[in-house]
Amino acid sequence: MSRIAETFHKLRSSGQKALVGFITAGDPDFATSLEITRQMCRSGVDLLELGIPFSDPAADGPVIQRSSARAIAAGMNLARAMEMVRMIREFSPVPIVIFSYYNPILAYGAEGFYRDATAAGADGALVVDLPPEESDELTDLWGKDLDFIRLVAPTTPPDRMAAIASKASGFIYLVSMTGITGSGGLKSEETAVVANDLKKNCHGLPVCVGFGISTPEDAAGMSKLADGVVVGSAFERLIESGLGDKDLAAKVGRFAAGLKAAM
Amino acid sequence: MKLPENNSQINCSKHVLPDKNGHFGLYGGRYVAETLMPALIELDRAYVSICAEPAFQAELQMLLKDYVGRPTPLFFASRLSAKVGGARIYLKREDLTHSGAHKINNTLGQALLARWMGKSKVIAETGAGQHGVATATAAALFGMECKIFMGIEDIARQAPNVQRMKLLGAEVVPVDSGTGTLKDAMNEAMRYWVGAVRDTFYVIGSVAGPHPYPAMVRDFQRVIGDEAKSQILEAEGRMPDMLLACVGGGSNAMGLFYPFIPEACEMVGVEAAGCGIETGKHAATLGMGSVGVLHGSKSYVLQDENGQIKEAHSISAGLDYPGVGPEHSFLKDTGRVRYENVMDQDALNAFHLLCSVEGIIPALESSHAVARAIVEAGRMPAQKIVVVNLSGRGDKDLGIVEKAKAR
Repeated sequence: MSRIAETFHKLRSSGQKALVGFITAGDPDFATSLEITRQMCRSGVDLLELGIPFSDPAADGPVIQRSSARAIAAGMNLARAMEMVRMIREFSPVPIVIFSYYNPILAYGAEGFYRDATAAGADGALVVDLPPEESDELTDLWGKDLDFIRLVAPTTPPDRMAAIASKASGFIYLVSMTGITGSGGLKSEETAVVANDLKKNCHGLPVCVGFGISTPEDAAGMSKLADGVVVGSAFERLIESGLGDKDLAAKVGRFAAGLKAAM
Repeated sequence: MKLPENNSQINCSKHVLPDKNGHFGLYGGRYVAETLMPALIELDRAYVSICAEPAFQAELQMLLKDYVGRPTPLFFASRLSAKVGGARIYLKREDLTHSGAHKINNTLGQALLARWMGKSKVIAETGAGQHGVATATAAALFGMECKIFMGIEDIARQAPNVQRMKLLGAEVVPVDSGTGTLKDAMNEAMRYWVGAVRDTFYVIGSVAGPHPYPAMVRDFQRVIGDEAKSQILEAEGRMPDMLLACVGGGSNAMGLFYPFIPEACEMVGVEAAGCGIETGKHAATLGMGSVGVLHGSKSYVLQDENGQIKEAHSISAGLDYPGVGPEHSFLKDTGRVRYENVMDQDALNAFHLLCSVEGIIPALESSHAVARAIVEAGRMPAQKIVVVNLSGRGDKDLGIVEKAKAR
């Protein structure tokens, strides 16, 4: 059983929901970012998504665009993100998913990515702009030691959900709304309908809902619909507002704890 | 001039490439977030079915003739040819279309398709503003709501087109992320589309983006090459020896080249070398790029070793793009098309030359093709024939040209 599967198994059997925390790796700099992950892992984050910054994040809102620009300017790249994964592994067993656009992985090399990510201790990969129609060119070169997290959107019809789930592992990331990351306007009734369709078509894989979840109340509400929630832009907003604050990592940790406590 | 009627009609079924998932060999495809996938699949289906609709074909043909003013002339530039002292240079006059560039061929096609699909809102990205103007024009003609995403840098340097879009009733959305140019406008249009995909049609202006756009835009633009083929046959009784067109994303080049691919004529795509390849400030994606994924398809891109997209540079906003249509990448690798590049200054010189010897003010984009044509034609004997796609007119560029003169 993969570390991700094991995590969801444990949470399910104790009646808990997963808090998946996303941050852009290297924002605002390597050391601060690493300290932020440490505080997040300590404060109840069940699964960590490390975003690889990309120059042209076409599926992301302004908050993650800016965080990506900061991280790139501070020298973050895929190789350094692998190093960060390895360093997180020294202090935490929390499953780590590398979250990226496809181009940085393509530039790194598909086989090298798999080899280095697994060696560093990453547990999964999520490639935002790589739908099942295109992903064989990457996953055909991979072994079984990296879960491949896939996205399902509110626009995805049920038969396509099933097809996506059959090529996914770890968990399914359900996008809560038709929009980019950090959008407002969460509508839990609509998400509930999609989540129900997905549960019937996901072959038992855990489902986590993300996009637009920014408060403990959101997390509490959305976690009822699935096995967990993903929070990203809210962490990045906090990081952006605390640039230069030496207490930043601790603040992010406290925010994570607040989210987890509400779920 | 008589044009064979079927020739300029779009016809999906004949195409060998792309394959059903939009691949031209290694290139193309659909590299987008899942939210957009169902919309792209629906668009592909709608496009294939509309190709078979006689009513759609008839309406598009009528608009191209009576509204756009097609066929556009193929003009023998005798004074330019004499000046160059080589091959006979013909200009395909896309600058004479309604709204002033080839872009209208595609936007009318896509707007008709949008109406067919029941979408009443359209969005588009624009660089030089020609595609924005052409989309705003089509939207006004069909009574559709229209938003155009344009980088702030381009808004500043192509002000006349911004005014035109506004007059046509479009909302121009300034994009200040990145370098504030075409690449960023396209990112922002895609972001907006992710949120509005249920009722909004995204009119992509180049042979770039996810499938089916590269194939669809090519099909809507092939009218350029289809016409040029019959026109050159009528004028010269044979096929040309060489075709030239500028390449940013590559739609005017694909439009001219595509019908000639089976013919024995050389094809040259002309990219922008900006301040010079060696300065790094250029937009020669095919010349200097490597394989990557940008804006939904796999193609050559200008990128660094970490896969971050580099800034492009060109005096011409329409060529200032670090990506290129996937079919061009395919044609580069197969060797069917040769890609060259032209610096800002050489494009400006060609601009002035065409103004003074032919009385034609070309767009700075098209001036790149003219500049390379001067080089190529100069090396060829007098009986050879060269056709250059004069993809747009240069009124929009007068400010830039004046500024360059002052430097």
